[in-house]
Amino acid sequence: MSKIIVKDLVKIFGDHPEKALKMLQEGYSKDEILKKTRQTVGIFDINFSVNEGEVFVLMGLSGSGKSTLLRCVNRLIEPTSGTITIDDEDITLAEPDVIRDIRRKKVSMVFQRFALFPHRTVLDNVAYGLEIQGVPTVERREKAAQIIETVGLKGWEYSMPDQLSGGMQQRVGLARALCNNPDILLMDEAFSALDPLIRKSMQDELLSLQNSLNKTIIFVTHDLDEALKIGDRIALMNNGTIVQIGTAEEILTNPANDYVERFVEDVDRTKVLTAEGVMKAPDPVVFLKDGPHVALRQMKEHGISSIFVVTRERKLAGIVLAEDALQAVKEHREEFKDIIIEDVPKVRIDTPVIDIIPVLAETKLPVAVTRDDDKLVGILVKGSVLAGMVRKGENIA
Amino acid sequence: MPKLPIGLWVERIVDWAQVNLDALFDIITLIIRVLVTSIETVFLSVHPLIIIALVFILFWFIANRKIAVGTAIGLYLIYNMQLWKPSIETLALVLAAAALALLLGIPLGILTARSNLIHKIIMPLLDFMQTMPAFVYLIPAVLFFGLGQVPGLFATVVFAMPPTIRLTGLGIRQVPVELVEATDAFGSTEWQKLIKVQVPLALPTIMAGVNQCIMLSLSMVVIAAMIGAGGLGNEVLAGISRLDIAKGFEGGLAIVIMAIILDRVTQSFSEKHKVKA
Repeated sequence: MSKIIVKDLVKIFGDHPEKALKMLQEGYSKDEILKKTRQTVGIFDINFSVNEGEVFVLMGLSGSGKSTLLRCVNRLIEPTSGTITIDDEDITLAEPDVIRDIRRKKVSMVFQRFALFPHRTVLDNVAYGLEIQGVPTVERREKAAQIIETVGLKGWEYSMPDQLSGGMQQRVGLARALCNNPDILLMDEAFSALDPLIRKSMQDELLSLQNSLNKTIIFVTHDLDEALKIGDRIALMNNGTIVQIGTAEEILTNPANDYVERFVEDVDRTKVLTAEGVMKAPDPVVFLKDGPHVALRQMKEHGISSIFVVTRERKLAGIVLAEDALQAVKEHREEFKDIIIEDVPKVRIDTPVIDIIPVLAETKLPVAVTRDDDKLVGILVKGSVLAGMVRKGENIA
Repeated sequence: MPKLPIGLWVERIVDWAQVNLDALFDIITLIIRVLVTSIETVFLSVHPLIIIALVFILFWFIANRKIAVGTAIGLYLIYNMQLWKPSIETLALVLAAAALALLLGIPLGILTARSNLIHKIIMPLLDFMQTMPAFVYLIPAVLFFGLGQVPGLFATVVFAMPPTIRLTGLGIRQVPVELVEATDAFGSTEWQKLIKVQVPLALPTIMAGVNQCIMLSLSMVVIAAMIGAGGLGNEVLAGISRLDIAKGFEGGLAIVIMAIILDRVTQSFSEKHKVKA
């Protein structure tokens, strides 16, 4: 289900956006509009939807309009035209008190430079959202203390923000945003002001928090690696509009235009490409009921030295080597029972290539690729992984 | 080109106000009288030495030891010079004027920070109020309120209010935009934003405005004495008119002592809030 739907959104900065809006609809460029009307087109032609529980990344360089777009979602910036729908409620023209209520209960925000209140303790910073809703002191502090523990800052409740390191301050920022238990988190370059190492651990922590909290997150960043790491889907923005929306892999393997291509050029593909992108189809396989005869014939036919065995539901049962199958046939054995190797090297379908390489290096057998339900969906051999990586690389270069 | 009758226009306005706003001025006079005399009565009904001791103890706790000791010595010196009563009169005038100036100035300052239009209207007015020689205010003040403390206080408020408005406005405007944005993002009302974030963060600057306001009030003491506001200003004026160096100097010294005490105490508040923020 779509939690947030943004449709035909436009933001024009200036005193008289009507004329600029008209020119925009007639197809004039941002520069032409600026020259003729003195109005700046912030974002235009924005269409996307975010699913419940999804981490949706808005990614682009500074000036691409990503922060403007983020602020339109909770109407910190008023869009010029278009609609924003949250939980099937059109909030584009909602009254101020409705918006206030949405900000209090449904949508929270985490800021690039933390934006903690320097005159309040960590505890009262985190409790701020509840405080302005009129929640009694004891109750809101209790709730805040819980959240502070969740983000790993227990013991710092009564410190002032300036006594904390950058990473810790942003934990407070995150705790403050989580305290009123919103469905939606808007994160504006939340980790960009942190040191690289701290940034990485905060990303990991956000992902593990997200596992248990399952919020709908819109995350703005200019850092492609960050986008690829934490985004379920990524919207790449350039010059005020979205140029491509897709998963990390879709954007890397099928860049929509030159801009995206140049953007993703330097990405370390081994971190982004997953087993799915480099595996071969699981063909041939044999079923448990088939027996050594069928297996041997299949292997001869395809010129391979081992074959995967699956159950009727195509769940991975094991692997059989050609020499063992031959032996079994000679001894007129009808079942795989003694010759099947159940301890097969396997990886999940979403394992990045960088984690597949060591598995491949340690085994002489092909590696099985399985889904969550243990069904065999692909096969990895050294050659296919290398070929897969080169193939994707060629697409891009 | 003939001379524009600007002075005449102002005179007309003052005349009109004097006739038509009489009732209003009476009410203001009454309020100010009550305010000033009650402050005076409180301080004059207790023996000076007891007050000095109480002030010493109070400052010891709310400010710091150095200020407490300095204040006690200064106040004793005033008592010793037999200037206690005029000093209390001056103090009452200054405190009442500062209180009114703050009461009007801080909300006005907040308004200037919130609305660019109000800012644009008020700023030139403030320039006018601050640069117009303070003596000029004495004329309409006397016409409106007669002679005595009330017109003195009126002129003092007009003169001392501008820095309060300016510094309050400045303090609020200086609150970082991202903090204001954060309060909005969590769904604060305008009032919550002001009370919970903007004013607390602007407090050091606002306190600097309070300090300025009190200092400027004190600087009006001698001028206000020219229209019968009394107090230490009277001592100085008497010194001038009789060429009595001793009297003039003692009166002046007492003003300096009061100025230093009030300055240090208000500054120490300002410092305290700075550490907190």
